[in-house]
Amino acid sequence: MSQIIHELSRWAVPAFMFFIPVYAVLRGVKVYECFVKGAEEGFGIAVRIIPYLVAMMMAVGIFRQAGVMDLIAGSCGPFFEFFHIPPEVIPLAIMRPFSGGGALGIAAELINAYGPDSVIGRLASTMQGSTDTTFFVLTVYFGSVGIKKYRYSLAVGLLADLTTFMASVYIVNKVFL
Amino acid sequence: MINIIWLLMIISGIILASLQGKPEIITQTAFQAAQAAVKYSLELVGVMSFWLGMMKIAEEAGLVRKLATILRPFTRMLFPSVPDWHPAMGAMLMNLSANILGLGNAATPFGLKAMQELQSLNREKEQASEAMCTFLALNTACITFMPTMIIGIRLSAGSANPTEVVGTTLFATAAGMSVAVMADNILRRIFRQGV
Repeated sequence: MSQIIHELSRWAVPAFMFFIPVYAVLRGVKVYECFVKGAEEGFGIAVRIIPYLVAMMMAVGIFRQAGVMDLIAGSCGPFFEFFHIPPEVIPLAIMRPFSGGGALGIAAELINAYGPDSVIGRLASTMQGSTDTTFFVLTVYFGSVGIKKYRYSLAVGLLADLTTFMASVYIVNKVFL
Repeated sequence: MINIIWLLMIISGIILASLQGKPEIITQTAFQAAQAAVKYSLELVGVMSFWLGMMKIAEEAGLVRKLATILRPFTRMLFPSVPDWHPAMGAMLMNLSANILGLGNAATPFGLKAMQELQSLNREKEQASEAMCTFLALNTACITFMPTMIIGIRLSAGSANPTEVVGTTLFATAAGMSVAVMADNILRRIFRQGV
């Protein structure tokens, strides 16, 4: 199983790059010109998100480096205990909606410290593989097109994050204990 | 709301750093983060150009349209305000496919492209449309069949069975996505009645 997934992810991009253009040529598409036309848009979109990225990454960085996150994690202890959640994964749960890179760092740390096949290692793996960084996606995606009113998106995103987290805890306890 | 959260994150950080007598943490972090943000977006230029180029080929060849046809029953239900053959639909489908397959670096380019196309359908340009909210709900909580990145980490950490978390991840993401779709649906109705 591990081997299959590993092989699939190795071959995914080359396979795309082979089959899409070949199929397109057979249907009479001018592939080179077409690729360039599409790629042209990449620069504009990537550059337009810079201000939103700066704003978000700066706030997340300060929040984390100053130790606010650890403080919150520490004071959430009793709540997590009530749901039988190992306190070690609390920083990961809090980091996950804010920063993909930050969360990945914490998850990798947990996996290495407790071992990938420990309960904490499995839980950290499941959590990290599960949710996307809600704040990043919302600020950058909305920012790129100039949306200022997010309406109910943030509520939906955070609710989904919470659900995924609780579901991770539930299923890991169920399957691996 | 995002204004308040953003402010709180910064202020709480500054207060805590000041209490510890280490204001320089804030200065350092702020500038480092700003630089990291620019670096990220410049790296994204290359990846974005690549995937948007590939997508254009797939589009011209009619492959995106095929994908849209297959998934039409779902997309009609999820995005009633987006016409079937609108470019927004194609970009959204490519984004969600990339998410499901764990192709992280392809998801963002398609997602940003989709937002642009959705914005062309949006009547109030500063306010998120319903389709955008649904799209982002799916994006922040998307069902994942292959958490490629974490499998790699487990592999290098010497796990006896790196892929044993595929099933648990699938369960957790399925739960998250169901709640996201339901919450989006309910809140959309509430907001329609005048908020």
